[in-house]
Amino acid sequence: MSGMIEKLLIVGIVLGGALFIASGLIWLERRLLGLWQDRYGPNRVGPFGTFQVVADMIKVFTKEDWVPPFADKAVFVIAPAVIVATILMPFAVIPFAPALQVIDLNVGLLFFLAMSALGVYSVTLAGWSSASKYSLLGGLRAAAQMLSYEVFMGLSLVGVVLLSGSFSLGRIVEAQQGLWFCIPQFFGLVVFVIAGVAETHRLPFDLPEAESELVAGFHSEYSGMKFGMFFVGEYLGVTLISAMITTLFFGGWMGPFLPPAVWFLIKTFFFICFFILLRASLPRPRYDQLMALGWKVMLPLSLMNIVITGGILLARG
Amino acid sequence: MISIIRTIWKVFLHQFRKRVTIQYPEERASLAPRWRGRIILSRDPDGGERCVACYLCAAACPVDCISLQATEDENGRRYPEFFRINFSRCIFCGFCEEACPTYAIQLTPDFEMAEYNRRNLVYEKEDLLISGPGKYPEYNFYRIAGLAISGKDKGEAENESAPVDVKGLMP
Amino acid sequence: MATIFIDNAPYTVKDGQNLLHACLSLGFNIPYFCWHPALHSVGACRQCAVKQFRDEQDTRGKIVMSCMTPAAEGTRISIDDPDVKRFRRSVIEWLMTNHPHDCPVCDEGGECHLQDMTVMTGHDYRRFRFRKRTYRNQHLGPLVNHEMNRCIQCYRCVRFYRDYAGGRDLDVFASHNHVFFGRHADGVLDNEFSGNLVEVCPTGVFTDKTFKEHSTRKWDLQTAPTVCVHCGLGCNTIAGERYGSLRRILNRYNHEVNGYFICDRGRFGYGFVNSGERIRTPMVRRSKAGKMEPISKEDVLKHLEGMLYFGARVIGIGSPRASLESNFSLMTLVGREHFFAGIPEQEQGLIGRIVDMLSEGPAPAASLKDAEEADAVLVLGEDIANSAPRLSLSLRQAALNKPMEIARKMRIPEWSDAAVRTALQGQRGPLFLATTAVTKLEEIASGVVHAAPDDIARMGFGVAREIEGGARGAALPAGEMSSFARAAADALKNAERPLVVAGTGCGSEAVIRAAAQAARALCSAGKEARLLYIVPECNTLGLGLMTRKHLGDAFRAAGAGPADIVIILENDLFRRADETQVKEFFRGFRQVIVVDQVRTGTTRVADVLLPACTFAESQGTYVSSEGRAQRSFKVYLPEGDIRESWRWMADMAEIAGRPEGKAWRNIDHVVKALAEAMPVFEGIGHAAPQAGFRVNGLRIPRQSHRASGRTAVSADMDVHEPKPPVDSDSAFSFSMEGYEGMPPPALIQRYWSPGWNSVQALNKFQEEVAGPLRGGDPGVRLLAQGSLESPAYSGEIPPPFAAREDSWLLVPLYHIFGSDELSTFSPVIAGLAPGPYIGIGEADMKRLGISEGDAVVVTLPGLSRVLPVKKIAGLPQGIAGMPAGLMPAGWIGLPAWAEMVKKNGG
Repeated sequence: MSGMIEKLLIVGIVLGGALFIASGLIWLERRLLGLWQDRYGPNRVGPFGTFQVVADMIKVFTKEDWVPPFADKAVFVIAPAVIVATILMPFAVIPFAPALQVIDLNVGLLFFLAMSALGVYSVTLAGWSSASKYSLLGGLRAAAQMLSYEVFMGLSLVGVVLLSGSFSLGRIVEAQQGLWFCIPQFFGLVVFVIAGVAETHRLPFDLPEAESELVAGFHSEYSGMKFGMFFVGEYLGVTLISAMITTLFFGGWMGPFLPPAVWFLIKTFFFICFFILLRASLPRPRYDQLMALGWKVMLPLSLMNIVITGGILLARG
Repeated sequence: MISIIRTIWKVFLHQFRKRVTIQYPEERASLAPRWRGRIILSRDPDGGERCVACYLCAAACPVDCISLQATEDENGRRYPEFFRINFSRCIFCGFCEEACPTYAIQLTPDFEMAEYNRRNLVYEKEDLLISGPGKYPEYNFYRIAGLAISGKDKGEAENESAPVDVKGLMP
Repeated sequence: MATIFIDNAPYTVKDGQNLLHACLSLGFNIPYFCWHPALHSVGACRQCAVKQFRDEQDTRGKIVMSCMTPAAEGTRISIDDPDVKRFRRSVIEWLMTNHPHDCPVCDEGGECHLQDMTVMTGHDYRRFRFRKRTYRNQHLGPLVNHEMNRCIQCYRCVRFYRDYAGGRDLDVFASHNHVFFGRHADGVLDNEFSGNLVEVCPTGVFTDKTFKEHSTRKWDLQTAPTVCVHCGLGCNTIAGERYGSLRRILNRYNHEVNGYFICDRGRFGYGFVNSGERIRTPMVRRSKAGKMEPISKEDVLKHLEGMLYFGARVIGIGSPRASLESNFSLMTLVGREHFFAGIPEQEQGLIGRIVDMLSEGPAPAASLKDAEEADAVLVLGEDIANSAPRLSLSLRQAALNKPMEIARKMRIPEWSDAAVRTALQGQRGPLFLATTAVTKLEEIASGVVHAAPDDIARMGFGVAREIEGGARGAALPAGEMSSFARAAADALKNAERPLVVAGTGCGSEAVIRAAAQAARALCSAGKEARLLYIVPECNTLGLGLMTRKHLGDAFRAAGAGPADIVIILENDLFRRADETQVKEFFRGFRQVIVVDQVRTGTTRVADVLLPACTFAESQGTYVSSEGRAQRSFKVYLPEGDIRESWRWMADMAEIAGRPEGKAWRNIDHVVKALAEAMPVFEGIGHAAPQAGFRVNGLRIPRQSHRASGRTAVSADMDVHEPKPPVDSDSAFSFSMEGYEGMPPPALIQRYWSPGWNSVQALNKFQEEVAGPLRGGDPGVRLLAQGSLESPAYSGEIPPPFAAREDSWLLVPLYHIFGSDELSTFSPVIAGLAPGPYIGIGEADMKRLGISEGDAVVVTLPGLSRVLPVKKIAGLPQGIAGMPAGLMPAGWIGLPAWAEMVKKNGG
């Protein structure tokens, strides 16, 4: 019984933590972008503008919840829920600290890949159900982009699995006791980070939204909290990918002096900031450039990584 | 590849720069005299309304937010019977000032005209008319135009000769 | 056809044109001032210079004025040569040395030919540093404003006013650079076409004074093509609106009708639309003795519901100043047998006879263009300058057709205006006037006679007999009149395109027959004869084609049995019939429903008063005196509950349970129903494109593409811009959105072309300059030509007029300002209209021992009135005149015999 309560507590902490960080990112991203663009960002509402999140929430909740009459209503409503669900699920398998993990699946990594692959449905269906040309174009781009990068994301992690000999994320973290995988799996890391950006369709790979060409792409027709779900989904995605980088390549919760959970948070926070820095500095590539990068650079790079890692492991016996 | 990393690094370094944001309303920017803000109607040096209601500002306005009606007083001076600017539509492009042949309509360095009610952004002539000549202290249209008004007969404008004696036969 | 080379490219042009005319027709832009398509060339302004080359080898060429150079075969010119361009720019620069710095306060600004030409030539900076010449202005009356400083000495004003329109009181004075255009002293311009100076003047010297009161730029006016409602000629006009009031009327070119000019009544008579006398809200009288109370549209319809029950006996009185659609909708509402034209019996008889003559006789009805091309004219009993003013302008040009042979013989091209006039030495072609009194056209007439209406008719018959060689018609009258008739007959016989003009003006049916007889005689002599009948109001002929029943029939119908309701459409019966008779008529009804635009005697006795749209607010078809059905379009939507008459009728029809009430949703439905119900109106649907017409899927915008103030006009009432209303009746939109190119000719709502902001942009709308409009001139002629064998020409010849000892035959005298009902509601027109008077000839004045200004008691059976005496030159003995339409309430059916006694002590 106490085990049950403990588990529920962990679930609560993880869920609450993820959502808290995601909503905090609304403020953080704008502040950081301001910082890197020589301005202040939101600094008026509450201390350092932190209540801006609250103001935005009030706004997004009280906006008219509009379903276009030409849209496919059922799909239109479900789509934003799907993205939040599929991104929240992988948080269950992430080991935030030795004891702070909802469940240590022995196929944790595959679970993560599977769930993030499901995310593409949300975006594609949102684009399609809106019955708007911009949305549809956005949805199509999202489908192609996410499916392509899904491949390299998976391949880039093969090295990690080879080194740790397990799909369980807990084991993978433990396997980095001596050396963080970011050193031996440097190429894996690079591919994973880029694929992660593309998976969450964050700038510079936000072609499905591409406001300069497609208005707002797949969520052009969304308003109110449905739009808010996509918005939160995006930040959850950023948090998830950052947490995964930490777990897979930077020793997860491991670190000296400080408690493990704090180390995990510090590392994750660093990568979140890195995501935002990418947005602040890089322009959006053309769509063909995105696909060319994927299939002509990332694919060979990740395959090479597997071959070399496998070769070294074989040579070591 | 290198350039991308360089870009990221350079952007990263921007966090150590000075902020360019001016914290209005605690801090205020200094506005140039040619700043395009609230529109006013000025007066001649002799105190008369400068606007002669020629409709050019209304025609030049890309958002069609100026409307007026010309009329003439007993002295032969033309002036607007009403002159209305809908500032809730105005984009402060300054085309009206550029079009104005009498320097009557001018844009001023004042932008603090926000209202809670859009209706209050509709300015009538009495809201627009100021008591001075604005940016052009010297100009007086009727001293140059050939039209006779009271106090300035034909031939008394700048660079005009006295009216022709139609019945004279001298060459 | 001749081939000319413009900048080395060959073009085919018509023979006998000048280069300017030819180049403008080809679409080239050459600046010009003194040349005008109707006034031709004098070469005064030196603006239209081009370079002419001797042949292909000639590279130097010489500068010539294109307006003075014939476009002969093989002419080689250059428009773009740098020398001529510089030349033209210098000419403008020189013209502008004295032009005042007052475009902002000039009403011409924005539609100024001088502005256009200055931009076209590229002159932009005044280098001349010396003083500007100035003038003092003149007061030219309430219609035209004078601002002489703006003059560029193109001479167009005096050439139009004196040479074209025959005016005498505007001329050019002084010499060298002091040349002044004006009157010898301040005073009202005398000519009835003075308003055209506004359009003829290329700058702002002459501007519309009524427009100045509420001046608006051309680009801000919401405009639509309209048809003038102030006489029966149906001149085409463009009316312009801003801020819910009608601002001005401009001429709308129709090659077949008014061409470039309209009369002052048409141009300045629009004030009634904005008048305080307009009826703006429905009114009802709850009890017979009660007062009129304003009521809303919904309530008044509910009120009518109580009356127009099924089986109610309703009669309707139509109107000659209402459109065909309005009249027809009333006819449909009350039933054809209960519909009466609101025209007195005698006048309706004349109109019926006119319809017969035009539809059965061999001579087709003349358009104004035909009149202008006539080379001999006989006018019977009409004071044209006052009853159909625009026609007098056409006849003035017609008078030049015959003498033009002199110029032709001397090989002077017709367009070389000054040379032609010198060659002609003031000669005029045959124009014979037989009228009751002196008329304005007499100054150019070759024969004039003043006679009683019956004698005029006898003269007409005499002329006919003389032409036919004595076969039919009366014997020629004796004396002065016989020589007149012989001369007229000779001139008409020797002409190619003779024209006979008569009308309802002198109230004699015999005159109408006589005119037809003369025209018929000319036709049987193998001439291309034309017949033109002048009718008093804008839709008199249309109503005449619709019904022959008149007011007398209505009075009888009301007297015959109890009727419940009379519906009166846009008609003041007190102008049409005797006051007591009308009052008696109204007493016979439980309810009097009046639909009208302005307050009249009739609206005051109404039990239900419904506000009707004026011509500027409604769409409708009017039939002009030549039988041309023309569509007039609404310029703007009136405020409040003012609605088109036919919409009131349709609503009443719906209440009365008639199927049309529901079916008529737009005016095309009414037009279609009318065309189906009456074969004579079959063609009216083609008078203009229908409501569904679109160009490239777009409506035609009423506003110019530069219309201003859209987001500010109504911002004082509501900051949210209202949605522009949708016009369900026509292809026009009430906004600036729509097709920006050239609309079809019946839908031309303004003249504008890139670089041509003034009315001169019209050149671009014509197939060739001064020719028909591109796509054909609008309007459909409803009357087919009859044949020589038609039987309608028999009829009695009245006995000669015999003056009586104790009574006088009263005839109507017409006034351009005053005789028309609606225009007198315009303040400026009312100011120019004379008051009531009795006009008496010199001989009779002597006989009665009275002088001008004395008061005279005029007595008709049952009616007596004291009137001041006015001397009317030319009135024959035994005849007295009264101003038509100007008598205050109380009608006198003219012609009629009256007794006159000098008022003692008065």
